Amino acid sequence: MKIILKNARVINPIQKLDSKLDLLIEDGVIQKIGEISEKVVKDSQIFDFENKICVPGLFDMHVHLREPGREDEETIDTGSNSAAAGGFTGVACMPNTSPDIDSAEIVKFIKEKSKKNLVDVFPVAAATLNRKGEALSPMAELYEAGAIAFSDDGSVIKNAGILRRVLEYSKMFDVPVIEHCEDETLSDGAMNEGLVSTILGMPSIPNVAEDLIVARDILMAEFTDARIHIAHISTKGAVELIRQAKKRGVKVTAEVTPHHFTLTDDSLKLFDTNYKMSPPLRTTSDIQAILEGLKDGTIDCIASDHAPHAIEEKEMEFVFAPNGIVGLETTLGISISELVHKKILTLNQLIEKLSINPRKILNLPIPEIKEGSEVNLTIIDTDLIWTVDVTKLKSKSKNSPFDKRLLTGKSISVINKRQMYFEDNYIRI
Amino acid sequence: MSLSSRHLLGLYGVPKEDIQLILDTATTFREVLERPIKKVPTLQGKTIVNLFYESSTRTRISFELAQKRLSADTINFSTSTSSTKKGETFKDTVRNIEAMKVDMIVVRHQSAGVPTYLTKISKANIINAGDGLHEHPTQGLLDIYSIKEKLGKLDGLKVCIVGDVSHSRVALSNIFGLKTMGAKVSVCGPSTMIPFGIESLGVKVYNKINQAIAEHDVLNVLRIQLERNAGERIPSLREYHNYFGITTERIEKNNRDVLILHPGPINRGVELSSEVADGPYQVILDQVTNGVAIRMAVLYLLGTMH
Repeated sequence: MKIILKNARVINPIQKLDSKLDLLIEDGVIQKIGEISEKVVKDSQIFDFENKICVPGLFDMHVHLREPGREDEETIDTGSNSAAAGGFTGVACMPNTSPDIDSAEIVKFIKEKSKKNLVDVFPVAAATLNRKGEALSPMAELYEAGAIAFSDDGSVIKNAGILRRVLEYSKMFDVPVIEHCEDETLSDGAMNEGLVSTILGMPSIPNVAEDLIVARDILMAEFTDARIHIAHISTKGAVELIRQAKKRGVKVTAEVTPHHFTLTDDSLKLFDTNYKMSPPLRTTSDIQAILEGLKDGTIDCIASDHAPHAIEEKEMEFVFAPNGIVGLETTLGISISELVHKKILTLNQLIEKLSINPRKILNLPIPEIKEGSEVNLTIIDTDLIWTVDVTKLKSKSKNSPFDKRLLTGKSISVINKRQMYFEDNYIRI
Repeated sequence: MSLSSRHLLGLYGVPKEDIQLILDTATTFREVLERPIKKVPTLQGKTIVNLFYESSTRTRISFELAQKRLSADTINFSTSTSSTKKGETFKDTVRNIEAMKVDMIVVRHQSAGVPTYLTKISKANIINAGDGLHEHPTQGLLDIYSIKEKLGKLDGLKVCIVGDVSHSRVALSNIFGLKTMGAKVSVCGPSTMIPFGIESLGVKVYNKINQAIAEHDVLNVLRIQLERNAGERIPSLREYHNYFGITTERIEKNNRDVLILHPGPINRGVELSSEVADGPYQVILDQVTNGVAIRMAVLYLLGTMH
């Protein structure tokens, strides 16, 4: 099938491309780019994307798809639908499933299951067996099966000696080790440690719990000359540590979630468990530092940390409720509203953080928008005003603190692997 | 006159008029408690559930007595295990109890915020009987009542909360309530037991017990919560007693006019010497009596709201 995308502003920072162009797509390949008259091309379906932008497909490098193990919360399919609805053509899924992604079989299972879907799914495999931090996972085998990075996400690799071996071993494949930075001896709490936790009498987690491990991991990456990626940073201390490390050439990269640059611990006052996450929501001064870090490139990318949880697990006494929120369908809207419209980042910078940089970190090819390239695109309306409604999420789970929030900016369509997601439907192209 | 909220979740943000109304109402019930027949028919026909997810002796008995003296029907539900780990969820338990038509729920729970959560899943009036390390508002109110009863005023009084402030819901309720009533509140304890940023609540921090005794009208001495791992914040109970324990010698040397409160149960020889616990400076058992009057007042004011 032939489709023509008309009148979109086509942007690709790596090609230094930014102009109003039409795209003719046939059999999943960009056949022609420029001004295309529908009269010339017969039997084509036209999509008028006037006032929309067309960018290389967005990529979320931190999601939890829950399959295998907790298919009641999310599956590879529902998670992929959620990603497509949120504007992503690719995701990296974390290994804290049940069983963990620590065997080649599970990596292959995920690859196989997601093959038919529009959204590419790249498994991040466990860095240690059972994510226990005690012995190396079969990293070579996992890499060969298709794992693109290693992480014990959900837990930190406690033991620096084990971390050293993980980093050294991962160097053979030039893939990053993704760390969930939290010193567990300091993080036995349910929210950020600050004035709000004092008022609420809530067991709390100080910033230093994160800063300590970020500092340790930077030193370990420097020592081993390996690549470390700091997941979901939440503290101003972490931003500064990474900034300094990058200056002296340490191979460190970092991501931040939309909730960590928009919400503070003040939101906890109603004891709504949709505000409970790990790392916890911090304070306005942390947000300020994170925004600075996004601006100056200290923070490479934005990732959702999409963490679906069953209703009965979140509807619980605060201290007992699990951490995390769903984010695939709100990440782009929040990022455009809070970063682009508030002039923290330019549109180009945002595309780098949501599409280019995560792929660079994971050694994945960056989609090009040129004749002959396979199509991998996201079409965005940066001015569309919409209200988040959790009941309408494609994700199986509804645990979001952004319910009822008004956002500006939304994905209109994604195209990848000969499929197009448009107006809630998949179209074969 | 009625309260501005149909629940009592904490003393944070509760207006002065409400606290005053509870104190005044408690005075009336305090008088009832001295009568030969200590029962009034005010809450006849009301059903109250005492939902205790954490062990408690005195608070539960105090609430139950208060309910019986107001002629309410009371049901006790106590469990020390969290229902969340296995079996029924907290929400289901509450919904089942509510389906049996109850008017008020008095709740104690080890997780902060549970009373607030209850207001979202139940239509009953909710009274917080202690949630995690958050608040214990009726304890705060009975402490305030006892101070007022003994010293005649609250405005301008200097009150120091001594001990394991970071493990104490009593401390927070005292701080919020006393400040609203015009008292000056400080805390004294080992620095490991002082929560983050407490100064920003307008609370002065002391680390020297003699100075705290000398500079305050009232000391509200907290229990060292060994069951809440207080032990990891201090080297030993002996060292705690030597540096922060209230002894007759310390009182007599620094301030013979000081009033000593303790929410109980007391660790004798730790936060208070036995001599102080039984001596002339303390009002510990008056607090217990006042507790019943305060709880009667709260139950009455919430139970008769329309």
